[in-house]
Amino acid sequence: MAVISRDDVLKLAQLARLSLSDDEVEQFLIELREILLYVEQLKSVNVDNLAPTDQVTGLVNVMRDDITIDYGYAPGDLLGNVPRVEENLIMVQRVL
Amino acid sequence: MSQWLPIAEIADKVTKKQISATSLIERSLATITQKKDYRAIISTLEDRATTRAKMIDEGKLGGRLAGVPFIAKDNFLVYGSDTTAASNILKGFKAPYQASVINKLESEGAICVAKSNLDAFAHGASTENSDFFTTTNPHDQSRVPGGSSGGSAAAVVLDMAPFALGTDTGGSTRQPASFVGCVGYKPTYGLMSRSGIIAMASSTDTVGTLAKTVNDASLVIDVMAGIDSLDSTTIDRQPKGYDINNISEDNLRGKKIGLIREYMGEGLDGEVRDVVNDACLRLKSVGCEVSEVSIPSLPLALAVYYIICPAEVSSNLSRYDGQRFGFSYKEANNLDEVYELSRGYGFGKEAKRRIMIGTYVLSSGYYNAYYKKAQTVRTKLINEFNEVFKNCDFLIGPVAPTSAFKIGENIKDPLHMYLSDVMTVAVNLVGIPAVSIPAGEKNGLPIGVQLMANAKKDRELLLASKNLEGILR
Repeated sequence: MAVISRDDVLKLAQLARLSLSDDEVEQFLIELREILLYVEQLKSVNVDNLAPTDQVTGLVNVMRDDITIDYGYAPGDLLGNVPRVEENLIMVQRVL
Repeated sequence: MSQWLPIAEIADKVTKKQISATSLIERSLATITQKKDYRAIISTLEDRATTRAKMIDEGKLGGRLAGVPFIAKDNFLVYGSDTTAASNILKGFKAPYQASVINKLESEGAICVAKSNLDAFAHGASTENSDFFTTTNPHDQSRVPGGSSGGSAAAVVLDMAPFALGTDTGGSTRQPASFVGCVGYKPTYGLMSRSGIIAMASSTDTVGTLAKTVNDASLVIDVMAGIDSLDSTTIDRQPKGYDINNISEDNLRGKKIGLIREYMGEGLDGEVRDVVNDACLRLKSVGCEVSEVSIPSLPLALAVYYIICPAEVSSNLSRYDGQRFGFSYKEANNLDEVYELSRGYGFGKEAKRRIMIGTYVLSSGYYNAYYKKAQTVRTKLINEFNEVFKNCDFLIGPVAPTSAFKIGENIKDPLHMYLSDVMTVAVNLVGIPAVSIPAGEKNGLPIGVQLMANAKKDRELLLASKNLEGILR
């Protein structure tokens, strides 16, 4: 497993859409190395013939009818949390 | 002495009009005000609670929890109220709908009076990661109450309400219960709906119950448990349900209890060890067969957890985009800047740390080595637990390596803080139920023991916990 570099930290921050201060970049560089070193102990574990666990309920294909259920959500309540609204539309920065 | 009667009795008296729900709400809110120095509470729901209490007193509402006040961790959505997850990015967010478990509690007459403090987004073991303030331990204000449900646990011990809701993703209900001295219950994964609870790590998130006694917890659990169409991971209830208030069956005599060897080794405080050993002696004295068992992969559980949890955290926190809800950085010049600056300024340090780790372990080139490997070691762990449960009815061990630590003691070293979860995370990865029960103390600080059962044996675990609680008194 590779040792994480300063460029890796910047790349991760960009992938995660996270602006970081210079101090945070330095701090996370040290801490991520430490944490990744800690989890490295899994590398030597023998897991031959074992499949990964994605969930533990044992449930398979939970289905329901394809119908609309009215939970009574009020549009005003939902839009009330939106940072920028004009005429009941969510305003975002231009994309193109 | 608690100012609250057992929950079943409170509801009974309210139903019979011997006490008014309004007076209970007043008492709860007065206690919250009186004990605000402990900083357990983020916001109170005075108007909403008073209105509901009035409806109960007028006979328009009622049920098995009629008039019983409770406190919800501030990552539960309660309709119309502020829900922050103790994070700056959700400051001012008003819940546009409500968590399914809150609906169930309300439909039986329970009343949410306040929202409690937590480590922001439930990331932490002390409430020190709250973006707002740190809750103090009711027994020593220089110490943490544990976390992340530290506010809820402290609120129960401070007598603010008869019970409180927490969440338990890696130990966040059991560890604070041990640190403050109350019952903290983590159910089988899937037993309660997480709809309307702010997601942390979806494959291990569960609803935690914090209460004074196992009886109280069992009634609340019985009301909340069961399938919910809004959370497709929910599982069927056990036929007999979970309320054991009127059951006095000795389900300990002759039972086999495994003391987990890997939890009793190095790194465990002497006093915590003594408390667990003492609990084992008491179990033997009532006819349990207690013997040491080994789960060889257990020392790997924390490493597995600190891959899987940040991976799922980074995915769940990607919805905070500064567009639809939450903090939005107003001076951004383009769409990418809105994302980056809203998240950069809105998230606290621990959320960012976990997003970074999660993004790393999920990124192409590292996915197999980290995430997939962790998920496979998780299978190994599950198999080993299944093996042990072939010969044991219950497992016992410590909840945390120490009693409550000092505020500031671990916060500078994230890895050290993660170690506080070392005895609780395996249960979440495997999906089994576990409970922390007050069992002793050291210099005035409570210490709990952890009792575990196999998946879908919550009723048996609650009953055994009630019996254990009795012999620990």
